[in-house]
Amino acid sequence: MNSWITSNVWLIPSAPIIASLLILGSGKSARAAAVAFAVIGQIAALTMSIFAFVPTLHAHGFRAVQNFTWFTFGEQTFRIGFVLDPLAAAMLLMIALVGLCIFIFSIGYMADDTNFSRFFAYLSFFSGAMLGVVIANSLLLLFVFWELVGLASYLLIGFWIDRPSAAAAAKKAFITTRIGDMGFFLGILWLYHRSGTLLFYDGGRGCLENASLLALGASATFIALLIFCGAVGKSGQFPLHVWLPDAMEGPTPVSALIHAATMVAAGVFLVARVYPIFSVGAINGVTPSLTVVVWIGVVTGLMAALIAVAQSDIKRILAYSTVSQLGLMMVSLGVGGVAAGIMHLLAHGFFKALLFLGAGSVIHGLHHEQDIRKMGGLRGLMPVTFMTYAVGMMALSGVPFFFSGGWTKEEILHATSHWPRSHLPYYLLLLGVILTALYMTRQIIFVFFGGRRSGSEQAHESPSVMTLPLIVLAICAILFSVVLTPAWPWLGNYLTGRPARFDPHLLIQPTIIISLALVGAGVSLGIWIYRRAGETDALQHAQPALFRFLENKMWIDEIYERTVVALSAILARLSDWLDRNVWDGLVQDIGRIGQFFGRVTTSADERVINAGVDEGTSGAQGLGLLMSRWHSGQIQTYLGAVALGMLALVLLYAWLG
Amino acid sequence: MPTLSMLLVVSAALFCIGLLAALSRRHAIFILIGIEMMLAAANLNFIAFWRFAPQPAQPIGIMVAIFAIAIAAAEAAVGLAMVIAVYRHFRSTNVDQLDRLKG
Repeated sequence: MNSWITSNVWLIPSAPIIASLLILGSGKSARAAAVAFAVIGQIAALTMSIFAFVPTLHAHGFRAVQNFTWFTFGEQTFRIGFVLDPLAAAMLLMIALVGLCIFIFSIGYMADDTNFSRFFAYLSFFSGAMLGVVIANSLLLLFVFWELVGLASYLLIGFWIDRPSAAAAAKKAFITTRIGDMGFFLGILWLYHRSGTLLFYDGGRGCLENASLLALGASATFIALLIFCGAVGKSGQFPLHVWLPDAMEGPTPVSALIHAATMVAAGVFLVARVYPIFSVGAINGVTPSLTVVVWIGVVTGLMAALIAVAQSDIKRILAYSTVSQLGLMMVSLGVGGVAAGIMHLLAHGFFKALLFLGAGSVIHGLHHEQDIRKMGGLRGLMPVTFMTYAVGMMALSGVPFFFSGGWTKEEILHATSHWPRSHLPYYLLLLGVILTALYMTRQIIFVFFGGRRSGSEQAHESPSVMTLPLIVLAICAILFSVVLTPAWPWLGNYLTGRPARFDPHLLIQPTIIISLALVGAGVSLGIWIYRRAGETDALQHAQPALFRFLENKMWIDEIYERTVVALSAILARLSDWLDRNVWDGLVQDIGRIGQFFGRVTTSADERVINAGVDEGTSGAQGLGLLMSRWHSGQIQTYLGAVALGMLALVLLYAWLG
Repeated sequence: MPTLSMLLVVSAALFCIGLLAALSRRHAIFILIGIEMMLAAANLNFIAFWRFAPQPAQPIGIMVAIFAIAIAAAEAAVGLAMVIAVYRHFRSTNVDQLDRLKG
């Protein structure tokens, strides 16, 4: 079984994709069948992921590759393939498990929706495409799956098609990520030009292996930066982060699965996957491309954390928090802590999915109220949601010892503090940790503590089909920390391919004291500021100008509106003007020449020829009437006539030999 | 390994499905989809004849197919733009109702 799955990893993504096709095939009214197909497909993917995970445990640095020829193009053969290594196996497990929890949650959350089965078809399709991204062994195959997850994201953000805001958000997400993907695709072409292959691993000849990395030379920096463009778009990094908060227009399970746990992390995964290209010619672990990654990550992480402090929509706060955490992961990759970044990605997948599903449960219980200022006092009304949300909040804030996020965040801080080029990212990340604890405390105080406010009068706990996934994810967020501790850094060593040893002396590191102090500072600052949470925000009273700046997301959307969007509008108007005045005028002038000749001939006609022709026309009129009946104006009738004519010609040809 | 005639049968079937869609669907976008299917059938023929030609090493058939795909993409863009323009004008994309040219 084990060796069988390592040579057939493509089966893992095909299970949910087949489920998706079956759901689409079985129609809109087959709601129970839709759920059954989706969940069975996901369980199949999860089971196969577990079987694929087992062999990677036995050998350190395990890597199974199967390549095959896609097509032969003249002399060249183009090959694609699948790879199974610790990075892919860990991602497979996380995606399949989180996906399954979210599928089950959706059964409750979407129960009243008329397009229930379409939702599950899209969700399964997304899951399959995302699993495909992880196991692709060719940059082009990865790009194909990458675009498929982009399509699934577009379809699911705009799932409620009758809302104009959802349609606009879907379009914004698709177009913004397309800008990044343009760079990504150019990077792929450049890489293919230089190395002649897009396979990652190919027995020494792949593009991530030494021979072709040497051939890249100085162009490696540019290729890496172009590929990073794609990651910037997909992972919502500055300056292309604007689509991610708007993507919250989609249903909450979608936000949990796509825009928190898996797809947005694909950018981080991509950088980790092609890391050898980023680190070509590294001196002391620093290259120009990695430096760019670090600074983009730092700017994104800090900016998004600042904005999150002043948002009032429960999902938007989490969205900005996701952007901020992705920035943190990018910093980690940039400073050389690849394993730390991926560990944070995995841990983040669990606890951010948990937080989003918790938010979904709150929204469901409050009958689609999303403004945290109208919530309050839900602690007693929704106890399970509250408990699990608190676990998620502490994991996200980075409370050490018991929560996975604490350990991984500490690893990242540790890696960043050793970056040889500058210490500024480290201090900015510390500030980010305080802000994270602050905005999560603010959110939890507004939503769960204090008295009930207008939105929470009618609140009720969600059904068990929704709370069960919450409990599972909360347990994962806690238990996951077992493999992350510095005393037994099993996961980090698993990813880097080294054996792990148990050493309890390493449990207490100096950075853990720092992060404990910072989280404590953030939480107590939050409690102090928001101790009297009411319908208004305490920060808004103290610093109205600053609050407005942050509440309006630093006016980045408006800046884009005035620059990029306005520029293309001007271009469009310019070509419209050109069309109307220049080209149209030209056409009209030529037309006038024709008109002039027309007038000349008219007069000749009317005076000379008319009389003779009048006689003939009455006959032609009758014929014309007959002919005009054939002109039904039905384009399909015409097309049918063309097809029949063609058939007649073919038959004639066949008959003549 | 498929034979040439198998590929041609598939291509002919694809063409007929596309033609049927273009002739019988009432929605303009489905007609466009039907046209795209007919184009795909033509492309399949190019590839099939190229593959079974005496000299498949020269990538002529595949080049023709790639050009045809690029042209089809441009055609789809124009076609969809026309559908949108028609919808704005008539508030409908049902081709039965678009009979202004009736004699």
